[in-house]
Amino acid sequence: MCEYFVSGFDVFKVRFIMEIYKRDVGAVVDKAQPKRVDGLSKILGTAVYVDDIELNDVIYATTLRTASAGGVVEEIFFDPALDWSEFIIVTAKDIPGLNAVKLLENDQPVLVDRVFRHAGEALVLLGHSEPDMLKKALSHIRVHEVPLAHPVFDIDEALSAENKIIPGNVYSDYLLEKGDVDKSFDEIECFIDARFITPSQEQLYIEPQGMIAILQNDGVLRIDGSMQCPYYVLDALEQCTGLSKDLLRVVQTTTGGAFGGKEDYPSVIACHAALLAIKAGGKPVKLVYERGEDMRVTPKRHPSRTMLRLGANRAGELQFIDMDFAIDGGAYRTLSPVVLSRGVIHAPGPYFCKNIRVRGRAIATNHPPFGAFRGFGAPQSIFALEVAMDQLAAKLAMDPAEFRRKNLLRSGDVSPTGDILQNDCFAQDALEEALRVSQYYERQAEFKHWNKQNNGTVRGIGLATFAHGAGFTGNGELYLASRVLLQAHGNGQVEILCSNTEMGQGAATTLVQIAADALQLPMDKIHLAQTDTTRVPNSGPTVASRTCMVVGELVERAANLLLQKLMTEGGLSKLYSVDEFADACLRMQESKKDLLVSASYQPPAQMLWDENKFTGRAYSSFAWAAYIAEVEIDKLTYETRILNFTAVQEIGHAVHPQIVQGQIEGGVVQGIGYALYENVLWNDVGVMANDRLTNYIIPTTADIGPIQVVLMEKGLGAGPKGAKGVGELPMDGPAPAIVNAIQQALKMNIDQIPVMPELLMKLACSERVSQ
Amino acid sequence: MKVSMQINGQKMQVQAKPDSRLLDVLRDELGLKGTKEGCGEGECGACAVLVNGQVLNSCLLPLGQMDNADIVTIEGLPSDSPLVASFHACFAAQCGICTPGMMMAATALLSEYPQPTLEEIREGLSGNLCRCTGYGRIYEAVLQAATGVTHG
Repeated sequence: MCEYFVSGFDVFKVRFIMEIYKRDVGAVVDKAQPKRVDGLSKILGTAVYVDDIELNDVIYATTLRTASAGGVVEEIFFDPALDWSEFIIVTAKDIPGLNAVKLLENDQPVLVDRVFRHAGEALVLLGHSEPDMLKKALSHIRVHEVPLAHPVFDIDEALSAENKIIPGNVYSDYLLEKGDVDKSFDEIECFIDARFITPSQEQLYIEPQGMIAILQNDGVLRIDGSMQCPYYVLDALEQCTGLSKDLLRVVQTTTGGAFGGKEDYPSVIACHAALLAIKAGGKPVKLVYERGEDMRVTPKRHPSRTMLRLGANRAGELQFIDMDFAIDGGAYRTLSPVVLSRGVIHAPGPYFCKNIRVRGRAIATNHPPFGAFRGFGAPQSIFALEVAMDQLAAKLAMDPAEFRRKNLLRSGDVSPTGDILQNDCFAQDALEEALRVSQYYERQAEFKHWNKQNNGTVRGIGLATFAHGAGFTGNGELYLASRVLLQAHGNGQVEILCSNTEMGQGAATTLVQIAADALQLPMDKIHLAQTDTTRVPNSGPTVASRTCMVVGELVERAANLLLQKLMTEGGLSKLYSVDEFADACLRMQESKKDLLVSASYQPPAQMLWDENKFTGRAYSSFAWAAYIAEVEIDKLTYETRILNFTAVQEIGHAVHPQIVQGQIEGGVVQGIGYALYENVLWNDVGVMANDRLTNYIIPTTADIGPIQVVLMEKGLGAGPKGAKGVGELPMDGPAPAIVNAIQQALKMNIDQIPVMPELLMKLACSERVSQ
Repeated sequence: MKVSMQINGQKMQVQAKPDSRLLDVLRDELGLKGTKEGCGEGECGACAVLVNGQVLNSCLLPLGQMDNADIVTIEGLPSDSPLVASFHACFAAQCGICTPGMMMAATALLSEYPQPTLEEIREGLSGNLCRCTGYGRIYEAVLQAATGVTHG
């Protein structure tokens, strides 16, 4: 039934493998895939990022921030010894519009007026033509703060604390419930009860955040910068500056990585730059963060703690999943309710279980707000469940793969949200394929043998099975009402107009490719317009792997509409050459017919989701995955090394296999960092203490060996030719797979990440003591 | 102070404070914006350039030490080299901000080891952080540039 296609090679005993299954026999991807449209400019260093823009007469900017973890600003004192007339100074009083960052709720001020909730909140903005003068000026401002007496930085402390940042210190409280957990608990044969902790994680895009703002002569306030969501920035500017949208222009510059980190915070920086620009007399204002500032103040992954009870019968069938999942939202609501929702929906995993209860809460603390980072709540809850699955398997004396095989969802099963899975369920297929290509059982036997010998290391193999839904949850896409335009020109060139951004993930190439495929034109005839809000319609934010799947489908539909139009109005025949396409465009142009088509989001008919009860179809499709990690731990230093990593996923259709491969490999490595190295530490006011690349450690080439990527195309996603979203998947699986491998190697339970040598040594010592 | 350097094959004199960072001189004085700043403390390698054939982080180099140095930046690499072609063919650049630095490190690596092993590649690029690719496509690009063999 399935054609098997391998394009891979063995080098130095390392396998870079990409295996693609096709639904239709013979339809194999054997041609070279188109190169990235932005590839050469990036390789040659000519791509222009925000910090590279040439500016004349520029005003540099800096931000004075609160020092305490919440409190009240009584007075800001500008030392008269300094001549302040040379500076542009902006405080809360200078905000023409609403002093609130536009997001889900208007709770976060653009600039602190008096009361504040965390250290590092912006208080004063300064502009000057000399960067050195800005440094000097900061030391000449004294702020009289009355600090909050008892700030809270811990999830459970916040729940019981007297200091209430908001009522109850709970932003959102969700319940996903199926069956009857309490009743099933009374009949249970085997269960575990555990508590899991995941830390924050810094996105660490290599390009720090930054914006340039200028108030033009024509009265238009223009913002250029590094961002994921130009229309979020536009909305925030409108609210904060009070200017109408026709006087605002937001342009995305080449964006040097984002991973969620440039979803909401660019709105803050843009508002700051804009407020300075309003007072700068037409000069451009440049506000680019230094690395340390970026790490201290911009949002990171939500820390989480999960109390989890998991029960099964002796046959190894899951009987209940009972989870109390809480994430630290930080001091303002920002995106936490949405992150929480995704965490809750993904918490029960890809398993069939009759009794499920997931209570999810987003908690207010005095940390700077946490935000979007690849996976968006799911890596946290999936970590807890998957590690617990192995702990329960051990208690049942069952192999973890066999335990999963018994419980993974099958076609026709009812999902945790009560949705019946029809023909798009490939959890079992992904598992079997991962076991096969990783030679799981052989490796397991080898490692058992290795561990019996007197080696300096012990080895283990661990797995994680999971699924991830792409696009906005439930009715989210309906509310977004995304729109895409295609503009053909008389010379036969076609422009894609949408607000979705290229930030490294390959969106520009993928969208152009989708249009080129639909229009049967070479890639160089298609061009993705710069994301400039005065030109492109709002096709929604660039998040949740919705760009390829949702926006890609709109591009495909718009392309088909354009063809129809050219055929009915421009005399284009059914079979056409590139030249004939251009001729038809020219005829249309000459006869003054418009060459613009638009496509808007249409919800699938069967998409029913109850966002209050967490029931129904949460996502139009899930991608299914099984990841396997092989690890080696030094018995003396407790250092963990990844020997091999296998990532198998069913993704519907790989629009561009190499770009997908790059997404998977890149995400897996971020996941390896999450599992082993990346440890956000907090100072005593709740701000990231290890705010440098010297002490916040991400994986380097020295850490990363072979990663085996397998793409399966079996299901039918909502995207072009059945494509599903892939971006988040590789973030979900590595941490639990690696921790499960370590648990197996060391025969001990681990309940937190990152698994640094210190942690393992501590666990080993306490185990020795208890023996 | 005045410093004489050879930059991308051209002799030039730069007038700046001796403690100016080479990175700022390249970007702001000479307009060579291909060299990027990622961390400003020599950890990420986005600002890597070749100084007398050695790959170094320009954010850590005071101009005062650069007298008579032979400096090559990304703008000085041939645009039709096997390395450019292989980075493009292997999808080794994603967001691209680390790529110029990675190209400089790969250039230095290949001049030392024209036929590197995977271990030599991993060692040679370990001073350059990439957050997008997971490094796999970069290893492949360097191998391809070295061997001229195209792999899937």
